[in-house]
Amino acid sequence: MRQRSLIAITAALAAGALTLTACGSRDDNGGGSDSGNGDTTVVIGVDAPLTGDLSALGLGIKNSVDLATKIANKEKYVEGVTFKIEALDDQGQASVGQQNATKLVANKDVLGVVGPLNSSVGESMQKVFDTAKLVEVSPANTNPALTQGVNWAKEKERPYKSYFRTATTDAIQGPFAAQYVFNDAKKKKVFVIDDKKTYGAGLAATFTAEFKKLGGQVVGTEHINPESKDFSAVATKVKNSGADVVYYGGEYPQAGPLSKQIKEAGAKIPLVGGDGIYSADFIKLAGAAGTGDLATSVGAPVESLPSAKEFVANYKAEGYKEAYEAYGGYSYDSAWAIIEAVKKVVEDNDGKLPDDARAKVVDAMQDVSFDGVTGKVSFDEFGDATNKQLTVYTVKGGDWATVKSGTFTG
Amino acid sequence: MNELPQQLVNGLLLGSMYGLVAIGYTMVYGIVQLINFAHGEIFMVGAFGAITVHLYVLPDGTSMWIALPLMLIGAMIASVLVAIGAERFAYRPLRGAPRLAPLITAIGLSLALQQAVWAFYPEAKSKLAFPQIEGGPFSIGGATIQTGDIFLIVAAPISMAFLAYFVMRTRTGRGMQATAQDPDTAKLMGVNTDRIIVIAFALGAVFAAVGGVASGLKYGQIDFKMGFILGLKAFTAAVLGGIGNIYGAMIGGVVLGVVETLATAYIADIPGLDQFGSQSWAEVWAFILLILVLLFRPQGLLGERVADRA
Repeated sequence: MRQRSLIAITAALAAGALTLTACGSRDDNGGGSDSGNGDTTVVIGVDAPLTGDLSALGLGIKNSVDLATKIANKEKYVEGVTFKIEALDDQGQASVGQQNATKLVANKDVLGVVGPLNSSVGESMQKVFDTAKLVEVSPANTNPALTQGVNWAKEKERPYKSYFRTATTDAIQGPFAAQYVFNDAKKKKVFVIDDKKTYGAGLAATFTAEFKKLGGQVVGTEHINPESKDFSAVATKVKNSGADVVYYGGEYPQAGPLSKQIKEAGAKIPLVGGDGIYSADFIKLAGAAGTGDLATSVGAPVESLPSAKEFVANYKAEGYKEAYEAYGGYSYDSAWAIIEAVKKVVEDNDGKLPDDARAKVVDAMQDVSFDGVTGKVSFDEFGDATNKQLTVYTVKGGDWATVKSGTFTG
Repeated sequence: MNELPQQLVNGLLLGSMYGLVAIGYTMVYGIVQLINFAHGEIFMVGAFGAITVHLYVLPDGTSMWIALPLMLIGAMIASVLVAIGAERFAYRPLRGAPRLAPLITAIGLSLALQQAVWAFYPEAKSKLAFPQIEGGPFSIGGATIQTGDIFLIVAAPISMAFLAYFVMRTRTGRGMQATAQDPDTAKLMGVNTDRIIVIAFALGAVFAAVGGVASGLKYGQIDFKMGFILGLKAFTAAVLGGIGNIYGAMIGGVVLGVVETLATAYIADIPGLDQFGSQSWAEVWAFILLILVLLFRPQGLLGERVADRA
């Protein structure tokens, strides 16, 4: 009997341990608030997953923001202001992201935040920033509800005035993928899988709606558990469904093994995903099975844009250890948008930071407009990027190759 | 097309992996009544031991047929060293303490090992690609088996047979059975129980290492968190099969794996249950089964054969 109660206690502790690992924070203090040589220091906060599964994308974001501040400091872009970054790690978890948001709000020198990567994390941070009137620009959040409210499909209403993003939304990305798959790739039978997260489920839903509208057939749906990596049962279902394409709403840590296991099960059909799988790590995890898989990503490929040449060169020159990945250009533009807004606020106030700088930066952000790495950067009345370009990529010879760039027209 | 054979194979493979790790839980529990929560991490360390051999010891481009045995040995060395170290420095000082103390220690050790690998192993902050065996999949009946899974199919039964032989036929194995039954009397009969306990930890680690290599080959990737969820599943498998019973661990693992797979495959086809059928619900069904088994057979599936406890 005693042994059985021990097992019960153990089970309870195990559940506790699960929760604990989810709360642990590994902070990376990327800069303090001390100011040098008489200048005012303005800190740009960065929140992204710097460790764990999604760290490849997160570190790319952090480095790109760092680069933007360095360039601004070097050029003395805003007279009398030195920019610094404070990078916090959210591990891709909403609870950690919210704690980070509180921390950034508490630091008086923070006038803007770039991040986060995950829509679910963005959801948890918005309110904290909005109450503090601190501007937040996400380079990667694509869930439409973040800017257009939960009922975005019927009635658009902006929930938070301080939230902006340089990324395109899933309301565009999902249908864009559906049109490509149906019209260009000529696939008519799809199996839709998602990971039940804000981003993945949202993307899968917008894809499904458009694909059905075009006349395609959804032969099966499945939700996977992102903690798992054995998808063999799902893969067998995909094979027997007779689908000629798989759409996955989710991120690369699961998409890689999923693609591999679907091909191993004998279904030689491409897996299509959103910007969440557009990472070099997807190819690493999927292995040879990933060849032919497709991903849509926001914007045009950074390498192909004339406006991005300088960014790519500067990034190389700084010698960052990690690649800038899918969101590098957007992160740079997000940071630069904050720098532009700060510049306007400072110039309007005779070269000094006003006392209510945060609120002023939020207002200035609405009218920011400049030529960034990814093209023209400006925001519409919801805080969404006005640049609605998307690109389809495919895995070819162990790398992502551009298939088609375009603008979604509805 | 009938997908049942394939789904059974999927479940069997997953379950064999649970079983390999569950043996470590059950053996240590059978002898010292300790639930060694760090055992999932021993599994993870094994996989990292194997990849260390591949990345840093063997020259690039070594054929997997030569590399695999060496990687397996590397995995076993890493796992066994960590397991023995854990026993010596974390559990032995607490041998006489109330049961909760070593249990908490085990959970602490589990987190410590995860974080140590995260912090100190080069590039362990993201997933590491595990080398794969070349060659296409094999078709048997209605089911396809991947090359990487062959290792698991061969290794799991061999490990079981070896363990059964060891426990039943060798002197040390009989010593283990004696210690499990009654440590004090075993000591009086001249069994060195401290040594037996170390051997139990080491043996559990060897199987965890085999499981770690199998996991790397099967999924093509390893990471510092891989042992945590798998450890919980293996513990569940051990309880399901009857904790303390080595055959129970293997059977519990296979049952758990098959139930998870079949739940993913078929629950959605039952009218009215379609939204509970996706893979994200598979674990819920597995735990419902566990609750049912524990309600009607609290000792687990094979829990009664106390004499075999080892």
